[in-house]
Amino acid sequence: MTLKKLMTTALATAIVSAGAVAAEEVKIGIAAEPYPPFASLNASGEWEGWEVEVINAVCAAAELDCVITPVAWDGIIPSLTGQQVDAIMASMSITEERQQTIDFSDPYYNTPAVIVADKSMDIEPTPESLAGKIIGIQASTIHQAYANEYFGDAAEIRVYQTQDEANQDLVSGRIDATQADSIAMADFVNSDIGTCCEIKGPVKNDEAILGKGVGAGVRKGDDALRESLNKGIAKILEDGTHEEITGRYFDTSIYAE
Amino acid sequence: MIPFRALMQPHRIVMLALLLGAVVWCAVALRWDWIPEYAPLAMEGLWRTIWILVVTCVLGFLLAIPLGLAQAVGPWYLSAPARVFCTVIRGTPLLLQIWLLYYGLGSLFPQIPWIRGSELWPYLRQAWPYAVLALTLSYAGYEGEVMRGAFSSVNKGQLEAANAFGMPRFTMFRRIWLPQAIRNVLPTLGGETILQLKATPLVATITVVELYAVSSRVRSDTFIVYEPLILLAVFYMIIAGIIALMFRRFENRVPG
Amino acid sequence: MEFFFETLGLTESAKLLSLSPPGWGGNLLRGLANSLQIAFGAFGFGLLIGLFGAYGKLYGGVVLRDLLAVYTTVIRAVPELVLILILYYVGTDLINQLSQAMGYGRVEISGVVAGIWVLGVVQGAYATEVLRGAIQAIPPGQIEAARAYGMPPLMLMRRVTIPAMMSFATPGLANLWLIATKDTALLAIVGFSELTLETRQAAASTRAYFTFFLAAGALYLIVTLCSGVVFARIEKWARRGQPSLKGAGR
Repeated sequence: MTLKKLMTTALATAIVSAGAVAAEEVKIGIAAEPYPPFASLNASGEWEGWEVEVINAVCAAAELDCVITPVAWDGIIPSLTGQQVDAIMASMSITEERQQTIDFSDPYYNTPAVIVADKSMDIEPTPESLAGKIIGIQASTIHQAYANEYFGDAAEIRVYQTQDEANQDLVSGRIDATQADSIAMADFVNSDIGTCCEIKGPVKNDEAILGKGVGAGVRKGDDALRESLNKGIAKILEDGTHEEITGRYFDTSIYAE
Repeated sequence: MIPFRALMQPHRIVMLALLLGAVVWCAVALRWDWIPEYAPLAMEGLWRTIWILVVTCVLGFLLAIPLGLAQAVGPWYLSAPARVFCTVIRGTPLLLQIWLLYYGLGSLFPQIPWIRGSELWPYLRQAWPYAVLALTLSYAGYEGEVMRGAFSSVNKGQLEAANAFGMPRFTMFRRIWLPQAIRNVLPTLGGETILQLKATPLVATITVVELYAVSSRVRSDTFIVYEPLILLAVFYMIIAGIIALMFRRFENRVPG
Repeated sequence: MEFFFETLGLTESAKLLSLSPPGWGGNLLRGLANSLQIAFGAFGFGLLIGLFGAYGKLYGGVVLRDLLAVYTTVIRAVPELVLILILYYVGTDLINQLSQAMGYGRVEISGVVAGIWVLGVVQGAYATEVLRGAIQAIPPGQIEAARAYGMPPLMLMRRVTIPAMMSFATPGLANLWLIATKDTALLAIVGFSELTLETRQAAASTRAYFTFFLAAGALYLIVTLCSGVVFARIEKWARRGQPSLKGAGR
């Protein structure tokens, strides 16, 4: 009898104490896989990169107590709806498809999607030129949706868990081309591992699939957080913090209005 | 199979009714509208899962026989490498082995420029050879241990009798030692085959489109989380059940 | 030391793996510590479930026995990866809804706790079978004698069943521990920070895939070998007083 009581109280305390209830903390979900130059892990185990700095700046401007929480990219939206994180700022594009499940803040950057291939290959970023080739893309991205829609009939599409694995296979020669964000790909071809490859050009824009820029994702109906983030984003665009951070990483502005 | 009379006890009838109710509720309340669109892809994934399972189990078992034999009765220069191989395979996670073979070897390709012209290149570009290799080596590592025990457990007297009759060594191996060893460990082999089935989803991480990869694709396209996973679990349970039934049939056919 | 590395052409790799930044060795070891933490927790949680499960299967009512049979069959038939995903999303969803219904607000569950929960449930099914087999192997006379003396059930479990079953259970439990350590690698796919994920992050950031995967494999192998030694000693202690099996049988 007493054992049963003891065990139920122990179980209850364990559940409640295993998770401290944090009222003020906002958990910002980022992808656990590195995505240079936006977010990558350094040797000390800290996250750094353009997006990490923007997150810190937005949170400071919006006066939120943010905790950067890495989550597997593959399950990042379920983590948001399942309340493991409160917002997603992981270079996630605002698309209609995603807007059926979650809400987005205003965009904080917008860059085109490009095709990258080996320098020796004569490929244009068009469905005709890519026919019969092998294209690698990251799962759960707008690029996957775009590639399946436009290149799916003509080319073989291989799906990777991270963009980095796709890049690695491009360097190895297993795939002929990959489609991804232009900034991340610029960083890749300029690095010493990407010397084999070059950017072939941007793909034809399709706003329905490629979205209207990158915004922060919040749960449907979580308007309070969305407004705070919007305020923070507007503030850093106004007072030049966005420009300053961008200037440190890139040559041109990446906020296209 | 479970005898019908055993199913008809009152508490089991209640549980079966509850299960039926749960299935009906799932069919009605959850979203299944994605199934028609993804059914062809799912069939392709199922086929790939099954042929990878069959091929790697057969090849792995063929590799395990010499490994087990070497460890059971081999001289030190054969049994030691076999021992090391089995220990390394069983001591490291399969996921790491798969990634090491695919991405690790892949990272060496740029340093070997002539490889793109070689005949193996079309195979080195695809993902399934690496998946088959990794799963075969893994199965062989685990079964090598099992076969070691199996070969050691066959009654020495039978082998001595065969020798006394002047049977050539390979014939004795083929007709007495191997069949008896397999018969002793058939239940274990069945269990290990089911474990191999459970290991197949890992190859989805190296772009092989098998059943789990299809469910991931559904999840990323439609953002539906639970329904594909539930259906996936049911599929795997059915396949595991079929494997268990097949092995039980084998065991019943073997005399003794 | 450097000369040794230079001759083998491993200077680059040694630099990458060094313990302090910019080497990634520290990250890997931190990941290993996380992995071991999750494995310990999952093994312990699994043992607890296994003990209750074994008792339920042996001495419980028919309904309990059937439910436990369903539990062990499902866990043993469905791949761990699928189970991890289902348990992770279902488990965290349920706990959040429960705590919100009780008015506690949102409970944040750390990666380690979620990993322990998920792997522990999986381990519990296997542990149930191992412990059930071990308890059944105890000579029934011992338990009957204790009952005849009027020993209360908890004291019976503590002083007779568990010590007697240890020698039968140890090989199975050693295997379960190894499975627990290797299954933590699967948590990398869900994004928990443990050795395999750290390895993949390090390899992705430095592009030295071969080096880091080999290093991680070596770390796992060391854990396996050390566990083997520890469990051999545990088995020796559990078998104390029993006659040696050397040279018997055949």
